[in-house]
Amino acid sequence: MFIYGQDIANFGGAFKATKGLAERFPGRVVDSPISEDAMMGLAIGAAIEGMRPIIEMQFADFSSVAFNQIVNNAATHFWRTGVALPIVVRMPSGGTMGSGPFHSQSMEAIYAHYPGLVVATPATVEDAYGLLLQSIELDDPVLFCEHKLLYFHLKSKGLPDPKSVLPIGKAKVIRNGQHATVVAYSAMVHEAIRAAEELEADGWKVEVVDLRTIKPLDMDTVLGSVARTGRVLCVGEAFPYGGVTAEVVSRIVADGFHLLDAPPQRLNARDTPIPYHPNLWKAHRPTSQTIAAALRELIAF
Amino acid sequence: MADALKERFFAAYRAMVTARFLEEKIAGLYHAGKVVGGVYSGKGQEAFSAALGVCLRPGEDVFAPLIRDQAGRVAFGEDPVDFTRTYLGSVEGPMRGRDGNIHRGRPDKGMPAMISHLGAMIGVVNGTLFAKRLKGTLGDSVGATAIGDGGTSTGAFHEALNLASVEKLPLVISVANNQFAYSTPNDRQFACEHIADRAVSYGIPAHKVDGTDLLACLDTYDKAVSAARAGGGPQLIAGTLLRLCGHGEHDDASYVPADAPHRIDCIEVAEDTFVKNAWATEAEITEVRAACAETVRVALATALNDPKPNPANETWQTTASGF
Repeated sequence: MFIYGQDIANFGGAFKATKGLAERFPGRVVDSPISEDAMMGLAIGAAIEGMRPIIEMQFADFSSVAFNQIVNNAATHFWRTGVALPIVVRMPSGGTMGSGPFHSQSMEAIYAHYPGLVVATPATVEDAYGLLLQSIELDDPVLFCEHKLLYFHLKSKGLPDPKSVLPIGKAKVIRNGQHATVVAYSAMVHEAIRAAEELEADGWKVEVVDLRTIKPLDMDTVLGSVARTGRVLCVGEAFPYGGVTAEVVSRIVADGFHLLDAPPQRLNARDTPIPYHPNLWKAHRPTSQTIAAALRELIAF
Repeated sequence: MADALKERFFAAYRAMVTARFLEEKIAGLYHAGKVVGGVYSGKGQEAFSAALGVCLRPGEDVFAPLIRDQAGRVAFGEDPVDFTRTYLGSVEGPMRGRDGNIHRGRPDKGMPAMISHLGAMIGVVNGTLFAKRLKGTLGDSVGATAIGDGGTSTGAFHEALNLASVEKLPLVISVANNQFAYSTPNDRQFACEHIADRAVSYGIPAHKVDGTDLLACLDTYDKAVSAARAGGGPQLIAGTLLRLCGHGEHDDASYVPADAPHRIDCIEVAEDTFVKNAWATEAEITEVRAACAETVRVALATALNDPKPNPANETWQTTASGF
């Protein structure tokens, strides 16, 4: 295997995710030109040759330049030719203050739309580590959406035993409750936990489900939680039109309508580009406050 | 030396005629309503395509052909039955009815399967070469792919050429300038003097050739492929020719003026070369053509008798891991 991406060798990557790796693995951590399409094409060719390439997009936003190679070439390859492509595309995802419209996007729903791709959206350091190892071992192209929160703010006491990490395609109930369920993924899991803690002070017990991977999507765990609580709010940092939260809600309505005590709700970012100034940015994406407010309305229904 | 050249010329000629016959047959079936989608031929481009194919080493080199490379495919060793089976959607073919016509390949046998988006396969060939080098299996092998005048306008083309040059990969990129991208002429496609100039800014040597002259094509590809094998980095070969058919069988190419330059049939040119060099008599040429026709007849009969896809037997599985 090898890693290919911009500024990842001696510089260690824009987020230092590959710091020190070029020295430890000479020739296998390689700086690429700013050519996302050609980078992804290179990964496809290398995978055909039996390698397990990892592509680092400097920001998830720039994967749009490689969109054609990802969705038309990589995603269709196994189905068309029978030759599997074990590729991991690492995508620093989601918003951070001051990053603006082109360094903040959450691209997971776009890629999940296409058959042939696996989309991982870890929320914790443990899952980022465990799911990354699993993604590398998987024989299919994986869009690995690493929220930038993971780089700067989240800490872990140590790395877990990879065998103890839940497999790709399994969601996890990370907080038990009985009055409502929040289904979230990536950074929104942490906002959801804070909202649940806020509501607990008022006596409401909110269950939080971390999807972990959005494709495959573990509806068994989601529906199991909805069966316990009867109320569900799906939260995503991505834009509201279509997307992961819409998919989850539509499946709950189709397969778990009888479990519901209230209309299932969605909370997403606003339907505008992602703003630059922190005042606007904080009002653009879901936060623990807006999640808590949505939960209160849901519980009051 | 002369014998080796003659042998190569013969191999290329056989591939050209086989390709022409295959495409004529499948076009006939298309017009009879027996082939869905479209039929895309390389009529007029066979010499330029086959010459590349015979300069490559199947089993070692990678070749990612494009829309008008049937001759190159045959020359590289693709079984003609892969052509007929893919056009007819046979479950026995490499694409099993899941993809059709020229969108086919055997990636695990050195022939990546093209997608329609032009320029995309250059990056893929880069990746095969990059991986071979990393694994220590590159040796003096090369990776070849093809594009047309229209395809050189894509970002993918430029990104991949630049990357190939930065990584010093033994990429051989064949540019068939057939004057029209579907209906769009060269003057709406690029503004540099010669299409080969596109290679200059990437530090890639450009080789120009009359794409209708098989002997000239063989000589040019020989030089370019040898340079790539010898560590000279990517090589671009620009062939000038005219597509002697529509974009596809649905297209009458009425936009091509009757007096368009390069209206030359490369198969006739090759046959003249045979005679001029006393490499073959007319009787021998007739014999070769009959053998090609028989190959095509068998390939077509085989595919026509194959089972067609049954949705009930389709796995509808898009991932190797079964998600």
